[in-house]
Amino acid sequence: MSATLLATRALEARYGDFQALFGVDLEAREGEVVAIIGANGAGKSTLLKTIAGLLRAPREAVRFGGEPIGGLRAGEIARRGIALVPEGRRLFASLSVEENLRMGAQCGRRGPWDLQAVFELFPALRDRSGAPATSLSGGQQQMVAIGRALMANPRLLMCDEISLGLAPIVVKGIYDALSAIAAGGLTAIIVEQDVGLARLVSHRLLCLQEGRVALSGPSDGFSREDISRAYFGAAAEAGR
Amino acid sequence: MIGWLDTVVQGILLGSLYALFAMGLALVFGVMRLTNVAHGDLVVLAGFAAIALAGQLGLGPLAAFACLLPLAAASGYALQRYVLNDTLGRDPLPSLVVTFGLSIVIQNVLQEIFSADPRSLSAGEIATASVRLVEGVTVGVLPLATFIAALLVAVALQWLFARTAAGCAFRATSDDRETAELMGLDARVVYASATAIAFMLIAVAGVLQAMRTTVAPADGPGLLLYAFEAVVIGGLGSFWGTFAGGLLLGVTQAIGFRLDPGWGIWLGHVVFLAVLLVRPQGLFPRTR
Repeated sequence: MSATLLATRALEARYGDFQALFGVDLEAREGEVVAIIGANGAGKSTLLKTIAGLLRAPREAVRFGGEPIGGLRAGEIARRGIALVPEGRRLFASLSVEENLRMGAQCGRRGPWDLQAVFELFPALRDRSGAPATSLSGGQQQMVAIGRALMANPRLLMCDEISLGLAPIVVKGIYDALSAIAAGGLTAIIVEQDVGLARLVSHRLLCLQEGRVALSGPSDGFSREDISRAYFGAAAEAGR
Repeated sequence: MIGWLDTVVQGILLGSLYALFAMGLALVFGVMRLTNVAHGDLVVLAGFAAIALAGQLGLGPLAAFACLLPLAAASGYALQRYVLNDTLGRDPLPSLVVTFGLSIVIQNVLQEIFSADPRSLSAGEIATASVRLVEGVTVGVLPLATFIAALLVAVALQWLFARTAAGCAFRATSDDRETAELMGLDARVVYASATAIAFMLIAVAGVLQAMRTTVAPADGPGLLLYAFEAVVIGGLGSFWGTFAGGLLLGVTQAIGFRLDPGWGIWLGHVVFLAVLLVRPQGLFPRTR
């Protein structure tokens, strides 16, 4: 079994007075794809944001590559090798496609990913490299967002709902690309609304429910009923 | 007819000084949405600092400027990094209040040290030197140097923002601070660097202002007003727009002064208000 790359222990997160995560334990081993599922507001994005340093965490609550990284600034965490493809893509509107991609390399990490490698992965971007990033189609914008994260040559890639609002054929193309990258040994954590897709592309699954882990284990180890129960909670149980 | 040409040329030269004030203000506002109310006072402070450096160390204006420039950059960096960054956020009020306080402090400290008397930085013989462009239009060497300085600053800023990695970082942080931090940037350092550049522009403007005319401790708010007017007239689309806004304000004032010596500043305000009414986004707005 490969070594643990990222681990959270009893992770909590809050927005002001509102607590969004309650003691979440998450583990991602080297080369593994972990999918996080759960209903809207379950805390999936919050979990990724907290790992990326956009929300505060206690120092020991997040460990990456054996070192505590909780509470570090987002920029420092990025330089250590965690890249986040944020929900809603969040491309820089006043930058061109190429400039957006180059921003990903700002953290100065070396590795296989550069502009050429991203253009080979997503050839559609090559012809549009000078265009304003937000003038692209939704699918192409998502490619820019993923390419930008890859440009950082991360050890851990986190993707937040990259299928949101995209046509199924586009989603398939993007997930094919991601699977190819993951097959190359990159560790990834993906948040995905489509449970079927999440199970298909991941090794392990974590289901969040109202900020708590409701289910965790190998992706092929659960029945639909298990997942349904973890997803909707006791309320769904009672309503049946 | 030639008299009017002279007025327009003098107006452009005057306006290039306003453009210098305005570009520093626009830079800081563009990168971090911070309205620096102390901008004019900082120009005056830079002017007095150059005068003090020249007086105490017996330096010429150029040498005094050379000493001032790194000093200005360092203080801009430090002010942003350790004071102003903490005032930034969704609410614009804290930064307004803090820079307003800074403005009052600067005015009073300058008055305490230098008294309320206007002073100027002796430029030597170029203060009175002039060149004749055409028959009837003669321009001073110093105003011409000011124009060239402002033009170079506009070119340099435009190049920095459009073509360099640092410029990309400025624009990206301006677009979306949180995502820029995900790229490994530290927004606090990006902001501090932008303010360091703005303070270098303030040093240029302060030295030129002190050489062209005089500086007095209470001059700051007036200079800030011109800077504001130039930014509003030009719009925030590019540094060229801000540059053009400064020139337009200068030309308007020069035309006003020609019509009636009491009208110059007033006509500038009128054109500013007219632009604000008719085209509040400015003549050269942001396109995206």
